[in-house]
Amino acid sequence: MTTDSLAKLTQAVEAASSSEALLTAVEAVAAVKAPEAVTLLVAALGYNNPGVAVAAVDGLIAIGEPAVEPLLVLLDDVNYGARAWAIRALAGIGDPRGLSVLLTAAKDDFALSVRRAAARGLGTIVWEAMPPESRSSAQLDCLTVLLAAAKGDPEWVVRYAAVSGLQNLGRSLCLTQPHQRLDLKIQLQDLAAQEATPAVQARLWFALESL
Amino acid sequence: MQSQWVRFQWVRFNGCNCSGCRLSMNEENGLLLSHGQAEFASEPAPEQPLTIEQAIANLSGPDYGSRYYAAWWLGRFRVRSPEAVAALIATLNDESDRTPDGGYPLRRNSARALAKLGDPQAVPALLTCLSCTDYYVRETAAQALGILGDQSCIEPLAALLAGGLAAAQPIPGSPHLAQPYDAVLEALGALGAIAKRPLIEPFLEHPTELVQYAAARALYQLTQDEGYGDRLIAALSGEKLQLRRAALADLGAIGYLKAAEPISLTLAENSLKLIALKGVLEHHLTAIAGSIERGQLTDEARQVMELMDGLL
Repeated sequence: MTTDSLAKLTQAVEAASSSEALLTAVEAVAAVKAPEAVTLLVAALGYNNPGVAVAAVDGLIAIGEPAVEPLLVLLDDVNYGARAWAIRALAGIGDPRGLSVLLTAAKDDFALSVRRAAARGLGTIVWEAMPPESRSSAQLDCLTVLLAAAKGDPEWVVRYAAVSGLQNLGRSLCLTQPHQRLDLKIQLQDLAAQEATPAVQARLWFALESL
Repeated sequence: MQSQWVRFQWVRFNGCNCSGCRLSMNEENGLLLSHGQAEFASEPAPEQPLTIEQAIANLSGPDYGSRYYAAWWLGRFRVRSPEAVAALIATLNDESDRTPDGGYPLRRNSARALAKLGDPQAVPALLTCLSCTDYYVRETAAQALGILGDQSCIEPLAALLAGGLAAAQPIPGSPHLAQPYDAVLEALGALGAIAKRPLIEPFLEHPTELVQYAAARALYQLTQDEGYGDRLIAALSGEKLQLRRAALADLGAIGYLKAAEPISLTLAENSLKLIALKGVLEHHLTAIAGSIERGQLTDEARQVMELMDGLL
């Protein structure tokens, strides 16, 4: 990636005069998949344009680790939409620095799509990137929040996402704390017995098959 | 609550009828959504500022806003008590709350609520609504009758298709057609009105895409003929987002398994694709329920869930 071509892409974003042109320009930036594009993509989360934000989130997830710090800074933004998209990007990246944000979002966020993404993200934290001595208490935090969401979130899709998060987390637990796997299976069986939405119940069965 | 109320009023006064909002309404929250906000806004399950008694009392109270909200609230929280149902049915005759162009907003909302409550007692009053002067009352009543599942509604619903395609052409200057054809077609499909197939078939050629889709949806439900489902799959790659959203809703409603992957690839909000895939998954789960042990899954079900996982 040369400075020159990044400048061209920046120019295209700034010059975009329609929604479609902006989307095309941001997609081009997202395709760069290099840390140089982070600033532009993070800015695009605040344009109040869902199509553009989706493209930017995908681009940021592809970039991964170098995007984490700027995303955490963006969380102080007052723009609610930008915050929500940043949380979704952090959920996709799985960096442990985003963990506390994801735990809070999965529990309390106003928007179901953010709780949904956070719940999924809690299952795909890259644990190897966290110091070993902190891991087991952090995993327990994830487990607690995900079980609460799977049991009590009023939206089916958040419960569904929490079950998918639990399945992935369960796989990590299998490696580090095998005794917790059995506990988790029992909890999932209880949830399956109580769940009223067939799609979520099926997702619980699916998770049980794989644990 | 404040901002929800603002959005709620927005939908009310603009009579938003876009497919995104329709979809969200199926998800319980649509009334609180403004046009095109489906990805983010939805919900939360609102605080419950009303008691059941208050809501029922508000339905006949002096404040139009409170009445309208109470009707929605009783549906949202599935208040199935005989008092609530009777009070909602009574509002289907309301003459006081009128829009500037003569519409009956309270009747529209009550019909939606009665659809959610699922009480067959509402059927006669909803049938009367099919001849209301307000197009949107006829539309919500037709939708409700499709959901309530009473076969005796087939003839009165089919009567709205009288005149066929010729009578159903767009009316210059009008925001809607002569009748809520899409709602009527969908209801006939849901009610299994196989005898009405010849009446429905011509609407596949209607100039309005949403009406074509409704006809394809109904015909698929009546015949299980893949040709009709495949038309809806083709609609997923249409030019307009609004139409792609409508096709997603239709494929979710008919639970067309073959559409699972095309749904996941559609250019639309993940939240809407997830709702459509939920419809496909649950339709499949119902279909296999008799032939498989409880707690067991098929490969098809697993595949649909893997597609859903990718959209979370």
